[in-house]
Amino acid sequence: MHSIPSVRTYVTIWVILTVMTFVTYYVAQVELGAWNIVVALLIAFFKMMLVILFFMNVKADSPLTKLFAGAGFFWLILLLGQFFVDYLTRSWMPEGKMW
Amino acid sequence: MSTVLQDPRAVETPNYLNQEYGWKSWLFTKDHKRIAVLYIISITAMFFIGGIFASLIRVELLTPQGDLVNSDTYNKFFTMHGIVMVFFFLIPSIPATLGNFFVPMMIGAKDLAFPRINLLSWYIYIAGAAFALAAIVLGGVDTGWTFYTPFSSTYSNTFVITAAVGVFIAGFSSILTGLNFIVTVHKMRAPGMTWGRLPLFVWANYATSLIQVLGTPVVAITLALVGLERAFHIGIFDPAIGGDPILFQHMFWFYSHPAVYIMILPGMGVISELVTCFSRKGIFGYPFVAGSSLGIAIIGFLVWGHHMFVTGMSMYASLYFSLLSFLVAVPSAIKVFNWTATMFRGSISFDTPMLYAFGFIGLFTIGGLTGLFLATLGVDVHVTDTYFVVAHFHYVMVGGMVLAYLGGMHFWWPKISGRLYPEGWAKFACLLVFAGFNLTFFPQFILGYLGQPRRYHAYAPEFQVLNVMSTAGASILGLGYIIPLIYFLWSMKYGPKAGNNPWRAKGLEWETTSPPPTFNFEKTPIVTEEAYAYHNQKETHVG
Amino acid sequence: MADTHSTVAEHAEHSPHLRHHFDDMAQQFDSATLGMWVFLLTEIMFFGGMFGAYTVYRAMYPGAFASTSQFMNPFYGALNTAVLIVSSLTMALAVRAARLGEQKALQLFLVFTMIFGTAFLVIKGFEYHEHWVDMKVPIIGGHWDYSEFPQFARQAQIMFCFYFFMTGFHALHMVVGLGLMTTIFIMARRGTFSSSYFTPVEVSGLYWHFVDIVWIFLFPLLYLIGRTKKLI
Repeated sequence: MHSIPSVRTYVTIWVILTVMTFVTYYVAQVELGAWNIVVALLIAFFKMMLVILFFMNVKADSPLTKLFAGAGFFWLILLLGQFFVDYLTRSWMPEGKMW
Repeated sequence: MSTVLQDPRAVETPNYLNQEYGWKSWLFTKDHKRIAVLYIISITAMFFIGGIFASLIRVELLTPQGDLVNSDTYNKFFTMHGIVMVFFFLIPSIPATLGNFFVPMMIGAKDLAFPRINLLSWYIYIAGAAFALAAIVLGGVDTGWTFYTPFSSTYSNTFVITAAVGVFIAGFSSILTGLNFIVTVHKMRAPGMTWGRLPLFVWANYATSLIQVLGTPVVAITLALVGLERAFHIGIFDPAIGGDPILFQHMFWFYSHPAVYIMILPGMGVISELVTCFSRKGIFGYPFVAGSSLGIAIIGFLVWGHHMFVTGMSMYASLYFSLLSFLVAVPSAIKVFNWTATMFRGSISFDTPMLYAFGFIGLFTIGGLTGLFLATLGVDVHVTDTYFVVAHFHYVMVGGMVLAYLGGMHFWWPKISGRLYPEGWAKFACLLVFAGFNLTFFPQFILGYLGQPRRYHAYAPEFQVLNVMSTAGASILGLGYIIPLIYFLWSMKYGPKAGNNPWRAKGLEWETTSPPPTFNFEKTPIVTEEAYAYHNQKETHVG
Repeated sequence: MADTHSTVAEHAEHSPHLRHHFDDMAQQFDSATLGMWVFLLTEIMFFGGMFGAYTVYRAMYPGAFASTSQFMNPFYGALNTAVLIVSSLTMALAVRAARLGEQKALQLFLVFTMIFGTAFLVIKGFEYHEHWVDMKVPIIGGHWDYSEFPQFARQAQIMFCFYFFMTGFHALHMVVGLGLMTTIFIMARRGTFSSSYFTPVEVSGLYWHFVDIVWIFLFPLLYLIGRTKKLI
C-alpha cells in the first residue's frame, strides 16, 4: 500500500477547506449577477478536489481509482449537459411551432 | 435408467450441487454457482408470470372490440407485462444467471469478488419481486411500465407506489451485481488472463455492469420522487403547480434507454461464445467485438431522447438525439459483421445452441434496423406509439435476448447440471420459438405502420386478420418456451451424464468437471493462449 | 475436501482476515477499495439525478427560486459545512491511525468523527424545525404558507420539496455513515485492526468523505445563490 500522508498535510488541507467555506459564504453576500453561481460552484469544485485528492488519498492511488473517480463526475456532466440540450434550446424554436 | 448403460466411471464426483444438501445450504450459500441457480429459478418464475399477462393481452386483441376486459384492466395487463418482463426478467436474466455462474470461471477465479453481496443481491431481487407481485395481487398498476407523470404521480388510482418500490428495490440488486462483476474482472483474473484474452462473454458482462452501475441510480431517484409525490400529495411533476412531466421522462429514459443495452449486451456475449464454438473458429476481429461492447455501453447514454421526439422536447434536442441514435447502431452492426465473418470458412455444427445463435443474428438484425427507422425523426412521428415500436423492441428483446438466453442455457446446461438435454426435443422447441416468434411479431410491424396504436384494447376492424395471426403465433411461441422447461427439469434426473466438455469448446469453464467443484479449480489455472484458440485443437468436429 | 487455498498464497502464513476466494490480502484490499469506489459512483448518479432535476427547475423558475433562498439560514448551512469538513479531517486521521496500527488514536478519531456527524444532524434538526414553524414544509400535510411571495406560491413548493428531499437523502446517508462508524468503532475496540488489516476503516472513510462532498455542493446551491437579491 502507498505512502501515508502526514498529520500536517491533513490539517493544512482542513484549514484551506475551512477558509474556502468562509470565502464562499462572504462572496455570496456580494452582488455579482450571474457570476455568483459560477464562483460558488468553482469554490465547491475546488473543495471537492481537495477532499478527493488528499482526504480520500486519490492523489497516491492507482490510475484505475482515478479513472473511476473521474468517470463519476464525467457521467454527471453527461446527465446535466444532455438535460440542457433540451431545456436551453426550447426558446430557439419559432413562436408557436413544434417542428 | 438401466445401470448397464450408465458409464461406470461416472461416479458422483464432489461438485457444487452435491457438496451440501438442505435448504440452509442453498439459502445461505456464498457460492456464485448456487446463487446463479437460485436466480435461474426466480427469473424463470417471473418470466412465466410476465407471459401470462402477454397471453391475456393477445387474447383480448383477437377481436377489434374491447370485449374481454375494460380498458382500465387492459392497461393493467400491458403494464404488469412490461414491469415484470423488463425489471424482473430481462435486466437480471443473463448477468445474474449465466454471468454469475461463468464470469468467475472464465477468468479463472474461485468466486466473484464479493460473494456475500452476491447473495444479498438475490435476496434484494426477491424482495423487489415480492413488491411487484403484491402490486399485481392487490389489483395491479395501469400506468404502463414507463410510469409517465402526472398520471402515475397524481391521477392513477392503482398501486403505483407498491410497484415503484418493487422496481426501486430490484434496481439495487442490479447495481450490486454490476459492482461485483466490475471489481471481479479488474482484480481477480488468473495469471496470464490479460484483458486481451478475456472471453467476449466477460467483456459483454463487464460493459453491461458499467451501465448498471451508472444508470440504475437515476431511475431509482426518479421513481423515488414519483413515489414521494404520490405519498405526500406534492406536485414535483404536476403541471398544475409548475412541475414538468417532460423532466420525468428525461430522468426516466436516462436510465431506461441504457437499460435496453443491459438487456442485449449479455446476449451478444453469449452469441460470441456460441458462434466461435460451433464454427470451430476464433472470433473475427476480437478487439472490435470487445470494443464494440464498451462503445454500446457509452454511446447508449447519449440517445435517450429518441423516446421523446413527440413529447414537446426541443426540436434541436431531437436532432441531437436522432443523430446519436444512428451512431449507436454502428457497434451493434460491427458485432453482426464479425460473427458472420467468424462463420465464414468455419466448420459449422447445427446443434441447438447454434440454431439459437442463427435465430439471434437474423432477428436482432431486423430489430436493429427497424430501430433506425424509429431514430429517423420524420418516420418516428408516423410510427411512434404504434405497434411498429412494439414489434421493434420485441424483435431485439425476444428475438435477440431471449433467444440468446435460451442458446446460452442449452450450451452451458451440461456444465451447470452435469446432464445432457434431449437434442431432438430441443431442436423442435427452437423451431417452434423461431416460427412462433415471427408469426407473433412480424404482423405487428405492418399493423403499426398502418396505424394501430399501442396500449389500446380495441382497434379498427380491418386490423383483425393480422392481430389473429399475431395471437396464433404467440400460442406457438408459448409452447416453444414450455417444452424446454419440461425437458431441462426432466434431464436433471434422467438425462445422460455430460462429460467435462461435450461441445469440445475452448474456455476455462470447460476444463473443470460437469458440474464444477465448489471452488471451481483444483489449482489456479495459468492462461497461455488467447480466447477461442480453436486452431490449437486437433479434432475439428463436435462429439 | 481438497485444500482450497490457491497455490499462490502461502497456506500457513495468511492473515485470519483473508477470505478464501482471494489469493492474498493485497488483492482483497484492492478489491474492497475498488468496490467502494464503484459504489460511490452509483451514489454520485443517485444524488446527481436529484441535482439535475433541481437545476432544471432553478433554470425554469429563477424568481421562485430566488424567493426560497430568503427562508434558508446560511449561517446554519455554513456551520454545518464547517462541522462536516472537520469530521472529514478526523476521519482521515482515523484512517491514518489505522494504517499505522495506532489503536488509541484510531478510536479517538472515530469518536470525534461520530460527534461531529451527530452535531451535523442536530443542527439540521434545528433548521427543519425553523422551516416547520415558518410553514414551509409542503411535504407533511401541506404545511405550507407562502403569503410572503404569493406569486411564487405554487412553484416554490417544488423548490422546497427538492430542498427537503436533497437534504433529507443526505441526512439519511449521514445516519448510515454514523452506523458504519459505530460498527468500525466496536471492531476497533476489539482490536480487530492492525497495520496489515484495516480495510473496513479505509472503505468507511471513503464513504464518509463522499457524503461530505455531497454537502459541499448542497451548501452553495441551496443556501447561497440568490442571497443578494433582497426580496423581502
